[in-house]
Amino acid sequence: MSTVQTSMPAQTAAAGEQSLWSRLRASRNWAALWFMLPAAAFLILFLAYPLGLGIWMSFTDERIGRAGVFIGLENYLWLWDDAIFWLSVFNTILYTLIASVIKFAIGLYLALLLNRHMPFKAMIRSIVLIPFIVPTVLSAIAFWWIYDAQFSIISWSLIKLGLIEHNINFLGDSTWARASVIFANVWRGVPFVAITLLAGLQTVSPSLYEAATLDGATNWQRFRYITYPLLTPIIAVVMTFSVLFTFTDFQLIWALTRGGPVNATHLMATLSYQRGIISGRLGEGAAIATAMIPFLLAAIAISWFGMQRRKWQQGSNND
Amino acid sequence: MTDSALQTKAPASAVSDDSEGMSYLESLPRRLITLYLPLFIILVVLLFPFYWMVLTSIKPDEQLIDMEKFNPFWVVHPTFKHISKLLFETQYPRWLWNTMYVAVGATFLSIAASVLAAYAITRLRFKGADTVGILIFFAYLVPPSILFIPLASVIQAYGLFDSPLSLILVYPTLLIPFSTWLLMGYFKTIPYELEECALIDGASRWQILAKIIVPLAIPGLISAFIFSFTLCWNEFIYALTFLQSTPNKTVPVAIVNEFVDGDIYKWGSLMAGALVGSLPLVILYAFFVEHYVSAMTGAVKE
Repeated sequence: MSTVQTSMPAQTAAAGEQSLWSRLRASRNWAALWFMLPAAAFLILFLAYPLGLGIWMSFTDERIGRAGVFIGLENYLWLWDDAIFWLSVFNTILYTLIASVIKFAIGLYLALLLNRHMPFKAMIRSIVLIPFIVPTVLSAIAFWWIYDAQFSIISWSLIKLGLIEHNINFLGDSTWARASVIFANVWRGVPFVAITLLAGLQTVSPSLYEAATLDGATNWQRFRYITYPLLTPIIAVVMTFSVLFTFTDFQLIWALTRGGPVNATHLMATLSYQRGIISGRLGEGAAIATAMIPFLLAAIAISWFGMQRRKWQQGSNND
Repeated sequence: MTDSALQTKAPASAVSDDSEGMSYLESLPRRLITLYLPLFIILVVLLFPFYWMVLTSIKPDEQLIDMEKFNPFWVVHPTFKHISKLLFETQYPRWLWNTMYVAVGATFLSIAASVLAAYAITRLRFKGADTVGILIFFAYLVPPSILFIPLASVIQAYGLFDSPLSLILVYPTLLIPFSTWLLMGYFKTIPYELEECALIDGASRWQILAKIIVPLAIPGLISAFIFSFTLCWNEFIYALTFLQSTPNKTVPVAIVNEFVDGDIYKWGSLMAGALVGSLPLVILYAFFVEHYVSAMTGAVKE
């Protein structure tokens, strides 16, 4: 950034007009350097450097309290033959896929509902966002109690309704545990999707719908040919964020199941914590974390193209 | 946006409001089925865990355990035993204080750094400003789940392990990208002319930022502030990894680790803990709903 600054004295000697201009320009870069410094310091020290360090650690056998030596791909080869690792990859993809699809479907539906006018509209909108505001762990604890094997309110209600005979072992049975954590994740994610999509919906002009209705369009056609195309870019961005955060989810699982029963809900992030921090094999934990990066890059690429398309649709004068 | 402002003033009856777009085409029974019923069901599902949290935290133990004699959906003789036990017999106030201290510290640091960075990127137009803006967007997408192991060893190396200070220094990596991105959007809306006038009057860059840009971007600053505060309060994996001793923990970590003792009577205090930990954020949210929404949607839309 300060390359112009360093070459300044030579130019000063050359020409008066030129030097004034270049000094102005140089001083702007110089000022920007100072303005950027605090943010850059934080991001380099605690984000960029650890990111690189993590990839390096995945090639070492570092443990807690002992520096590691370079062992090449050994961690990865070890993980390649590890059934639990592959189970966690499968779980992560399953969890992300199902939760994201449901979040998108319900979120879009809720956004469409909230976009219609009704009494107490503003209040209903603010209530919808509450699950997103409350810290995940604290609401997960509430779900833990709701899913309790003995005192679950869901089991109790279903028994009273005569639908089931015995308590459902929500967090003790593999399939139920997966369904339960996905439900809790969807519960927390839907408000985010709904409110951001609602913001997109509000920018769609009502006259488009009126014109389509005059032309005899049905409800579905209005959604399919007006709402959906205009909303596509924001859907792309929102869903990328949603997929990214679901894929790397840690706290919900840790508070509810800690990866159990029999690793049925272990995600890559929780497995990485268990191997890296609890068992102390930092190198192996870092390798699991690094294995998430390709998936994240794919999601980021999709987000990037979504935004480019948005700019293209709306003209580039909005940046 | 003006449209939605008009709509909020709509008359309560759905049948008679034929001034409001096309909704007069719908009959009331139809609205009931297609709008109010699904909305009601979704709202009930979204709010039930909170109802359950509140109910459990004021329910006496015997009513929690005996679901046959007492209707579990209601409470007969509410008690504040769980909450008082939480506040006076555990280290909960200490954890609450830690969480608050970390959240406020990290938020202030991040906002200060973000204001400077956002101003430099949007207004100084230095060489490579666009690239830096994109890099900051990417930083927003790096999740804590892939950083906590290397960060633990960095924190260890700096001698900050088991100290809330480590969180104050690490959380800005989550907050700065988000706040910078949000503030860039706000700064872009401030007319250049104001700055040019100030420059002609001899103001320095620093004076322009402090006396013109920041006062005009106050709504953006509030949005960034409360959203950052919420993110700090919500953060879990770094706090879980870096903090070891009980008195240093934050609320989310302490709730998960300190109350789980296998006691079937733990639920009252657990729910009370979750409730008290959520309340500050819900109250903050109640006062700043608009700012929250603009922070959330602003960051996605930019």
